[in-house]
Amino acid sequence: MTVKQISIFLENKSGRLAEVLGILGEENIKINALTIADTSEYGILRLIVSDFQRAVEILKEKEFSVNITEVVAVSTPNQAGSFAKVLKTLSDETISIEYMYAFKSKTNAVIILRPDSVDLALHVLGKHKFKLLSPDDITNN
Amino acid sequence: MSRDEMRACQSRRLIDMVERVYHNVPFYRNKMQALGLHPEDIRSVDDLKRLPFTTKQDLRDSYPFGLFAVPQSEIVRVHASSGTTGKPTVVGYTRRDLATWSEVVARCLTSAGAHKHDVMHIAYGYGLFTGGLGLHYGSEKIGATVIPVSGGNTKRQLQIMRDFGSTILACTPSYALYLAEAMEEDEAKRDEYKLRVGIFGAEPWTENMRREIEERWKIKAMDIFGLSEVIGPGVSCECEAQSGLHVQEDHFIPEIIDPVTLEVMPEGAEGELVFTTITKEGLPLLRYRTRDLTTLNYAPCKCGRTLVRMQKCTGRSDDMLIIRGVNLFPSQIESVLLEMDETHPHYLLYVDRINNLDTLQLHVEVDAQFFQDRISELQKLTKKIQHNIESTIGLSVDVKLVEPKTIERSEGKARRVIDRRKY
Repeated sequence: MTVKQISIFLENKSGRLAEVLGILGEENIKINALTIADTSEYGILRLIVSDFQRAVEILKEKEFSVNITEVVAVSTPNQAGSFAKVLKTLSDETISIEYMYAFKSKTNAVIILRPDSVDLALHVLGKHKFKLLSPDDITNN
Repeated sequence: MSRDEMRACQSRRLIDMVERVYHNVPFYRNKMQALGLHPEDIRSVDDLKRLPFTTKQDLRDSYPFGLFAVPQSEIVRVHASSGTTGKPTVVGYTRRDLATWSEVVARCLTSAGAHKHDVMHIAYGYGLFTGGLGLHYGSEKIGATVIPVSGGNTKRQLQIMRDFGSTILACTPSYALYLAEAMEEDEAKRDEYKLRVGIFGAEPWTENMRREIEERWKIKAMDIFGLSEVIGPGVSCECEAQSGLHVQEDHFIPEIIDPVTLEVMPEGAEGELVFTTITKEGLPLLRYRTRDLTTLNYAPCKCGRTLVRMQKCTGRSDDMLIIRGVNLFPSQIESVLLEMDETHPHYLLYVDRINNLDTLQLHVEVDAQFFQDRISELQKLTKKIQHNIESTIGLSVDVKLVEPKTIERSEGKARRVIDRRKY
C-alpha cells in the first residue's frame, strides 16, 4: 500500500509557495503533509493532499512541473524510539531512504518515506508488522 | 600613395583574383555563371559591385576545404574560427599568404607605434584561433622581441611583463582591464612595468573602455581589427591619431553595403562591412559579408597615411555575440538544447561582465515530463546541459533551471539574449 505524493518544481522566488498553496486552497484541497527540499536556486515542494487527482489536474493546468511519486506512509506509536525502529528495520535489509518527513497527531506519528525500492520496503515493513497507511488513512488521521 | 594609384593597384589585383577564383573555385564559377558574369567583365574596382557575395554559411557549407583555390599541397597552415556549432569555419594559407599576413600585421603594429626595440607580450590564444600566431609573425617581422605567452594565468602574465620588460601588450581589451585589476592589487610593483602601448582587438570596445585602459595602465590603447575569413588580425589598425582604423586596402578592399538591400552605400554612410581579398591564394573571398556595422572614411589622415579608415564597429547585422574573444551565435545553444530530450529549446542567455570577464548564465526551462522528484536528478540534468553546451561552444556557462513557461514566448523573433555588459 502506497500513498501518492505530488512534487512540484519551484524557483526560489518570493510568493511562489504562497501561490501554489493558494491555488489548492481555492479548490478546497487540503494538505495533509508538506515538505520542501531546497537548493540555492530552486526547490522541490512535496505534498500529500486530500484530493490527489484534482490537485494534479489543477497544477498542470497552471503550467507547473508536477511529478507523482509513490511513497510509503508508516504509522508509529507516539513513543520515543519508534521512528528509529522503522529505520533500523529498513537498513537491516539494506534499503536506503532517499528522503523522508514526518508529522504527528495526538495519538500517533506518521513517517512518509521514499525508499530506493518501494516494493522491497513494503514487503519488509509488512513482514515486521508495521502499520502502513492508505491515502484515506492519512486524510482521516 | 594617392587614391588613384591605390585604385589602379586594386583594379589590377582584383582582375587577377577574379580570374583565379573563376577557374579554381567551382563555388565562385557557379555563382558568377548564375549572374551571367565572365572574368573579363571585371575591368576595375568599379565592377566590384557586380560580383557575388560570400557568407559565413557558404564557408560552413563547403567545410572544411571546399573554397580553397589551390591544391592542398600548397596549403602550409590551417586556422579555424572559434566557437561554431560542430563545423568551424576553416581557413587555409599558402606560403605567400603567410608572408602577406605577416606584412599586414607588421604594418598595423608599426602604425600603432611598435618598432624593433619593443618587447611584444602576446596574450592572445595561440592555436587554431588566428589571434596569437597572427600577431606573432607580424611582430617578428618588425624585429620586436616576441613573448608568446598566450592566454590565461594572470599572475604569470604580470610576472613576465615585469621581469621581461614587456613594452607592448596584445590581447582582448577586456583582458587588458582584467590584467589591470590584478596589477593594481600589488601597488608596490607598479613601477616595474614598462608597458607603453596596447594593441587590442578580437572584440568590440568603446571609447570609454579605451580611456579606462589608458588611464589604468598609463599606455596608449590601439584598436586592431581582423577576422580569420579575411586573413586574421591585421586587416586594419589604428595609427597614433586614433581616429579610425586604416584598412590594408591593397590586400583587402572594403565596401559598405545595406544589409537588407545589399546595395553599396554612399561614402560615409553606416552599413555592413564587406571585404574582397585581392592577394590571397589559399582562400580568396569575393565580397565577404562580415556582419560588422561601421562606416568608411576616405579622407587623408593626420598621420599622413592615405589608406581608407573604418570606424570602430558599432554592432552586428546578425545576432552573433563575442564572449571573451570567442564568437557565439545563440542558435548554437538552441541546437544543443534541441538535441537533448530533457529540455525545451526555450532558454534565455544572460551575458554579464564581472571583473572585466564576460560571463554566461543560461536559464533553461524544466520539462514537465522529465521533472524528477529528486534534487540529485535535477543537479545531474544541470551538469549535463552545462557539459553539452561547454563542449560545443568552448565557453564556460552557468546553467540555471527555471519553471516551465516562465521564459517569454513571442510570435516573432524570440528574445534569447540579454546582454548586460557595459562597454
